[in-house]
Amino acid sequence: MNDTLRKFINNIGLPRLIITLMFIGICIAAVVLKLPFGMLASDVIRRFGMFGVLALAMVPSIQCGTGPNFALPIGIICGLLGSLMAIEWGLTSKALGYGFVSAILISLPLAVLTGWVYGLLLNKIKGSEMLVATYTGFSIVSFMQIGWVTLPFKHPEMIWPIGKGLRVTVSLDSTFGEILNRFWGFKIGSVYIPTGLLLFFFGCCLLVWLFSRSKSGIEMYTAGANPKFAAASGIDVDKNRVLGTIISTIIGAVGIIVYSLSFGYLQLYLAPLNMAFPAVAAVLIGGASTSKVKISHVLIGTFLFQGLLTIAVPVANQMFPEGNLSEVLRQIVQNGIILYALTKVGREA
Amino acid sequence: MAQVNEVKTMKPNKPSTATSIKRLLFDYSVPIMFIVICLIGVYFSKLPAVFIVNTLLTRITRNSFMVLALVLPVIAGLGLNFGLVIGAMAGQFGILIVTHLKIGGFPGFLLCLLLSTPFAVIFGLMTARLLNRTKGQEMISSMIAGFFANGVYQFILLFLVGTLIPIKNPDLVLTRGIGIKNTIDLTTEYGLKYSIDAVFEYPLFYILAGVGAVTCLVVVIDYILKSKNAPEQLDKFKYATRLVISVAILGVSLWVIQSGSLLMSVKLPVATTVMIAMLWAFNVLIMKTKLGQDFRTVGHNLEIAKVSGIDVDKTRTIAMVISTVLAAWGQIIFLQNIGTLSTYGSHVQIATFAIASILLGGASVTKATSGQAILGVILFHTLFIVSPKAGNNLFGDAQIGEFFRAFVSYGVIGVALGLHAWNKRAQALRRQLDV
Repeated sequence: MNDTLRKFINNIGLPRLIITLMFIGICIAAVVLKLPFGMLASDVIRRFGMFGVLALAMVPSIQCGTGPNFALPIGIICGLLGSLMAIEWGLTSKALGYGFVSAILISLPLAVLTGWVYGLLLNKIKGSEMLVATYTGFSIVSFMQIGWVTLPFKHPEMIWPIGKGLRVTVSLDSTFGEILNRFWGFKIGSVYIPTGLLLFFFGCCLLVWLFSRSKSGIEMYTAGANPKFAAASGIDVDKNRVLGTIISTIIGAVGIIVYSLSFGYLQLYLAPLNMAFPAVAAVLIGGASTSKVKISHVLIGTFLFQGLLTIAVPVANQMFPEGNLSEVLRQIVQNGIILYALTKVGREA
Repeated sequence: MAQVNEVKTMKPNKPSTATSIKRLLFDYSVPIMFIVICLIGVYFSKLPAVFIVNTLLTRITRNSFMVLALVLPVIAGLGLNFGLVIGAMAGQFGILIVTHLKIGGFPGFLLCLLLSTPFAVIFGLMTARLLNRTKGQEMISSMIAGFFANGVYQFILLFLVGTLIPIKNPDLVLTRGIGIKNTIDLTTEYGLKYSIDAVFEYPLFYILAGVGAVTCLVVVIDYILKSKNAPEQLDKFKYATRLVISVAILGVSLWVIQSGSLLMSVKLPVATTVMIAMLWAFNVLIMKTKLGQDFRTVGHNLEIAKVSGIDVDKTRTIAMVISTVLAAWGQIIFLQNIGTLSTYGSHVQIATFAIASILLGGASVTKATSGQAILGVILFHTLFIVSPKAGNNLFGDAQIGEFFRAFVSYGVIGVALGLHAWNKRAQALRRQLDV
């Protein structure tokens, strides 16, 4: 009996079990406190689609062997630059998805270029990817703070009316704000289903999955899972790591565009600084480790993590009207899960 | 391989002055670069010298202790201890208790050190346990551990105080009765403000003149003694640099005293400085003990340490506990100078700034000395003081200077970590090729 229980827990993974229990517990609390179900469910679904693509960016980087992409801010900066340029140049016609498509198209070459350079860097520092990635991300974000002030953007909706530089948040109301959420959106009872957003997210997942089935996807997976074996069978490991990094950066760029779109604002300056951590935590909660990941981990993890946080806000507010309990909960859960994964590095294989 | 051997045999036993200078420039390329940047910043900021010296002195005395706490973990091979944040939290627990008990001034300061120590020891033990389970990934682990601990810290202070922990002090607790206030004033009658800084203050340049004169004497006497005993092993260059520096200190301070400028009004908090000096001495002296040698062996190579019978995990734990306790004390020194405790913010950036400082001083992930720590503090905080004003004068925007210094603090850490990882990998590859 004890053995089967242990096997069951090992299969699911202790952290995933704990988070699931917490999620169920907080759902029960929400029901007991008679919180409006429709609003909560709509929020959970919206945030699931909003954060999903960012979490998906972890898949290629883990698969190619560089570990969770803590340097996600690199991709994020590319996505933000793409969106800003799309708005600046007025590429916001209906055919271009009010700027959504043009933002992605502009950010693509940026992401490929930076991802390539960053991938070459990662090849020089094998074994310390996570730490260097974190600080590369921090450095880029703090460097771009200078960029946001000095870049020659002129669009009146983006710059401060007085003074220099871009605003801290740029509203997307007049451009591509919420267009995916509204696309084919409908209501079941009081629950709003943002069909476009979900379809886009699942579409991205499908593309990544299809890629992992392709020849180059399998090569990349082999290079990450067993570099020595891969090298022996004639696979260029370093090249595949660069490829994985590029794809991860691209997904990061697309991810932040989807995130901003659903959020309604582009967040500049320090906002991207800590965005990698929730994404990393989400896939880890879903059951991934620093060397193994599946698409299902992204889906489960994002749903559990974002669901937990979304429902925790009103529940916590009922219990403690002041003080941000759900933010504290986020910090504990998010960093606890990353720590747990770190203690497992090099122990599995 | 042949080339390597050739280089080794060609290496002279006694370094010539030219190679010494070359090596100095190479070893200290980072500090030298930042000395230049700082000088440029000082020039363009057009701030009065009195202001810079005064602010800088305050910042040096309040931050050095924390940065010196980084030295031991580096030597013990744990890398840069991002877990300073956790130690700082222990220090803040101490401050909260002392404020609650309404014991201020110097006795309050001592009690604060005493009370924060058990917290810091426990936190240090827990961090060390984690780091012993994550060998090879210590730095990212200690960093994430800091974030995690911050969550727990907030949970305790925001939600357990007033519910599980019965504190009803209106100076500390929010009006709803649950949770500690965001900012806690330490300037009150019973506060800790300047509780050690104000113990004994003396004009800076008199002290500097004295220190300069004494070091001159010591260097000269040392040189004469050594040259009598073993003249051939003498590193003349080292003595020359030391002599030049101490004469320069003496000269500048005498000039300031002579000219009777405003700089004479700058006062040094002697008690704080003594604490920092004691920590410096501790860092140097502990390396002469058996424990210090163990730190060095463990830091150099885990396998060799294990084979030679050192309890690796225990040694690493000791280094981590010492560092955490020092961080707690450092945070108390920092906050008694600032005068307000920002309960949920004071500790967050501590590790980043301390680590950026020591790296600017020329330290790396595997090598750090107390001298580099102090030099780094001076450079980092000069940059901090002058960059907004210099940014304003150069680009017409103070923000740019502020962003620049934020970029430097993250960027220098990023570059240092990248270079370290690069080196480690290059060494590993070379070893593979040799085998």
